[in-house]
Amino acid sequence: MHPAKSVILFTTASGAGYGLLAWMGLFGAFGLLPAEFWLGLLGFGIAFGLVILGLLSSTFHLGHPERAWRALSQWRSSWLSREGVAAVFTFLPAGLFALAWIFLGSNQGLAGLIGLIATLSCIATVACTAMIYASLKTIRAWRNNWTLPIYLLMAALSGGLLLQVFLSIWRLPLAETFPWVVLVLFVLTLAAKLLYWRELGTEEGGSTAESATGLGHLGKVRLLEAPHSESNYLMQEMGFRIARKHAEKLRRFVVLIGFGLPCLATLVGLALPGSLAAAAAVIGAAFFALGVAVERWLFFAEAKHVVSLYYGESRA
Amino acid sequence: MTSLPTQSGPVKLGLVIDLDICVGCHACAVNCKEWNTSGHSAPLTDTDPYGADPTGVWFNRIHTFEVVSEEGDSRTVHFPKSCLHCEDAPCVTVCPTGASYKREEDGIVLVNAEACIGCKLCSWACPYGAREYDEDAGVMKKCTLCVDKIYNENLPERSRVPACVSTCPAGARHFGDLGDPQSEVSLLVAAREGFELMPEQGCAPVNRYLPPRPKANPAEVGGAAPLVATAESDDGSAGLLARWVDRMLTR
Repeated sequence: MHPAKSVILFTTASGAGYGLLAWMGLFGAFGLLPAEFWLGLLGFGIAFGLVILGLLSSTFHLGHPERAWRALSQWRSSWLSREGVAAVFTFLPAGLFALAWIFLGSNQGLAGLIGLIATLSCIATVACTAMIYASLKTIRAWRNNWTLPIYLLMAALSGGLLLQVFLSIWRLPLAETFPWVVLVLFVLTLAAKLLYWRELGTEEGGSTAESATGLGHLGKVRLLEAPHSESNYLMQEMGFRIARKHAEKLRRFVVLIGFGLPCLATLVGLALPGSLAAAAAVIGAAFFALGVAVERWLFFAEAKHVVSLYYGESRA
Repeated sequence: MTSLPTQSGPVKLGLVIDLDICVGCHACAVNCKEWNTSGHSAPLTDTDPYGADPTGVWFNRIHTFEVVSEEGDSRTVHFPKSCLHCEDAPCVTVCPTGASYKREEDGIVLVNAEACIGCKLCSWACPYGAREYDEDAGVMKKCTLCVDKIYNENLPERSRVPACVSTCPAGARHFGDLGDPQSEVSLLVAAREGFELMPEQGCAPVNRYLPPRPKANPAEVGGAAPLVATAESDDGSAGLLARWVDRMLTR
């Protein structure tokens, strides 16, 4: 599949934004974060900024962005529509929670309850984003049991690394313990990603050039002449292929730069005092951002669509 | 509403394509383009049509496959493909706006260009590559089964079939109601063991394909007879003059 920059920015930025919002809702509600003005303003500012950046970026992908509001109507059948509804709904509890935190200095009690609703809405929104991909039968690399947990884990990690920056700048007691949560998330996400890649490499797709043409009873089918001498929309959108050796290099990049270095930064941060710990957290978050961008690029670039069977592939 | 009709009607209009007959002339694709570029989903935009990298919207494409049997015999199969108007159309249910819909009365899958936001998700959901994004208009387009032709009372009745069907010089394309087991197309599918494409995708396409007929076994048929008698053959059947000419020329 063609790795569109707008969709990569959408899924990664909104994932990080919802991740940070979810952690703030959770820890705020349980009294682990003070309802402090600047913490609230910067934390929610960055979280909402990332979410809005992601949602705006997703509309750049559209042929008619001015009609985007129509996408809220078909939540009964469409995961994309559900994602839109969940994203819009999340602004309500998250916005109220942010206002209570910043201007009323309250993030517990009623505000905390609203914060928890915001957390759940964030999780639901990221889950809907994942399901847009996981529900497509045409793409084996997406329709499997890994897509949903990996999207959720990546969002939790993105948000968690950002939260760690705030925790260490504000020198909150949570800064001593939260890195361990982050490290556990790193291990889980890396394990899921490695298992996903292994499954992608070993399990074969259920559709073949023979089933696509129905000519398997006559023998082995291969494309002799494409319908056009030039490229077409299907080949540009669905026919993107990445060389296996590049994919392997990029996977290693994700593991080392996206997981290894931020893990190291998180561990080092635990041993460092105050402002140095904050620097380590910033470095960790920056490397993870780089890693997650490449991970998401690969998510698209490695995905093979069954329509490629009509354009020369033998199995998808 | 992009949910599929809860009760699909009895009529399921679709195409039956005979892979034994198709000669791969692309006339159906050309006439499809011709009719539809001023029809329901007009225009079928081309970009850079006379330049180095032409591309454009086509509802019908003809692929050519080679099939090699275990014995090593190969055959060429021309393979026209357009929207299969699936009963369980994933392109319809993924649509976030309701622009994509399946008609209850005849099962035709259409796009409402006024409501389409151009998110392209339907093209990702379709296993058959039936969806065509119009970069210029910013909306998705697709085969309409010539909905503006098959019901058009200004046309003589025999012309009320999709453009690809009326133009096929080989008679490889048939149009009709595949929901009626007694219709001509249904009987044809039954007689020729027509099949659906990629049944494992679970879309229940309406269109059917008829398989190429088995090739005659050369051992049973015997070698082909020579097209013309060769000049050297002097089996006594030639006339006196011819035998003399033959002898003179052979010398």
